Amino acid sequence: MSTMIQRYTARERNNHWVVAILFVLAGFSGLALFHPAFFFLTNLFGGGPWTRILHPFIGVVMFLGFVALAARFWGANRISSADRQWMRQFDDMVRNRDRNLPEQGKFNAGQKYLFWSLVVGIPLLLISGIVIWQPWFAPFFPIWLMRVAVVVHALAAWIMILGIVVHVYAAIWVKGSVRAMTRGTVSAAWARHHHRAWYRDVTGK
Amino acid sequence: MALQSLDIKARSATTTPPPRARDPIHVAKLIDISKCIGCKACQVACMEWNDLRDEVGTTAGTYDNPRDLTAESWTVMRFSEVEVEQGRLEWLIRKDGCMHCEDPGCLKACPAPGAIVQYVNGIVDFHEEHCIGCGYCITGCPFDIPRLSKKDSKVYKCTLCSDRVAVGMEPACIKTCPTGALVFGTKGDMIRHAEGRIADLKERGYANAALYNPEGVGGTHVMYVLQHGDQPELYANLPKDPRISPLVSLWKGITKPLMSLGIGLAVFAGFFHFVTVGPNEVDEEKETD
Repeated sequence: MSTMIQRYTARERNNHWVVAILFVLAGFSGLALFHPAFFFLTNLFGGGPWTRILHPFIGVVMFLGFVALAARFWGANRISSADRQWMRQFDDMVRNRDRNLPEQGKFNAGQKYLFWSLVVGIPLLLISGIVIWQPWFAPFFPIWLMRVAVVVHALAAWIMILGIVVHVYAAIWVKGSVRAMTRGTVSAAWARHHHRAWYRDVTGK
Repeated sequence: MALQSLDIKARSATTTPPPRARDPIHVAKLIDISKCIGCKACQVACMEWNDLRDEVGTTAGTYDNPRDLTAESWTVMRFSEVEVEQGRLEWLIRKDGCMHCEDPGCLKACPAPGAIVQYVNGIVDFHEEHCIGCGYCITGCPFDIPRLSKKDSKVYKCTLCSDRVAVGMEPACIKTCPTGALVFGTKGDMIRHAEGRIADLKERGYANAALYNPEGVGGTHVMYVLQHGDQPELYANLPKDPRISPLVSLWKGITKPLMSLGIGLAVFAGFFHFVTVGPNEVDEEKETD
């Protein structure tokens, strides 16, 4: 068994999971109000009116949690030329031909693009959500703006959900990464293989 | 099945067809603005029949009272002073309320199954017990009609007295109108009645008199006879060509199934990717140096 390397602190892990749980709750309650096929999800929240009442509060708390998370991970998510090269080799990435890929820092390019799409998308959800938040804020906005907001809210949420589906799948696919966010550590081999630049940074090798 | 007059033609947040075995008559209310004297008897009758007592408000210096539709005032008279011809003041009084669109934007926008229904006779009705209070119907309506109650977070509007119509009675406002400005019957009869009124108005110098039955929402089950049919905006901003906002059509039309499909496909893509290329595992032996 090779040595373990600390990847996320307990604070980072808790912050991540608070946002993750709230994202799932906001996603389910939002989908329930988006398409009748998902309306049954209102049962998870105590019925239709309760889903409508809870959804925006879940969203606001998720936003606050995400602000903290984004502040923690902001610096490690700067896009580099190696990242752009990594994205060009999409084919190698999805076919598990990792050795052909340029070496990556703490986060790979896929993680970084997810990060930045959340940085844009979650504030958009907050702003458009406030415009349509009944009964507290919506009455202060003109109807045309509410019409714009519902479309922005749905589109932004859709992109966020797709991004998170990929994020969750990537965690299942790439063995050893769930452990990073649940226990905080990864094996040295894992770090060397997936995030070599970061591995060298933390070990000095 | 329930009362035939309450057969449902369309139901909010429902993707399968409702029962279609019978297709009874289509009803309509005709509001002849040229005959309205602004007595507000219809407002009183509406309050009385529907058991509504709105809060007493304050005057804004006009005859409009209450000033706007509310969750407890489902119809209001809107008074407009206009000079279509220079020096000839006209007082146009429009009874505002739900237009009962053939293609109702409120129903299209509503996410709660059965909270908004359209009966086969054309009446669009809110079922408050299914309403979740999201206010989406407000974004869907081209006429700015639904009002969210501050008391219970449910939306309310004119029902066209669906309970009275169901048992063969005319709506309360029709029953009480003292001048015959309000009439009720089958949609065909109302159009024919309006044609007679329009011919009469044209004879009396209103060359542009017309029926307001806007095509953009598939026609309405509340129609107006307008003296100035070419300028509906004169009547307290009655929209000239109302239609469901393209943003609402986009949101509640193609995006709903497409986005749902997209999310489903993303999940399946992950599953089949895993089955195809397998997990990405690190060989602990090879990686150690």
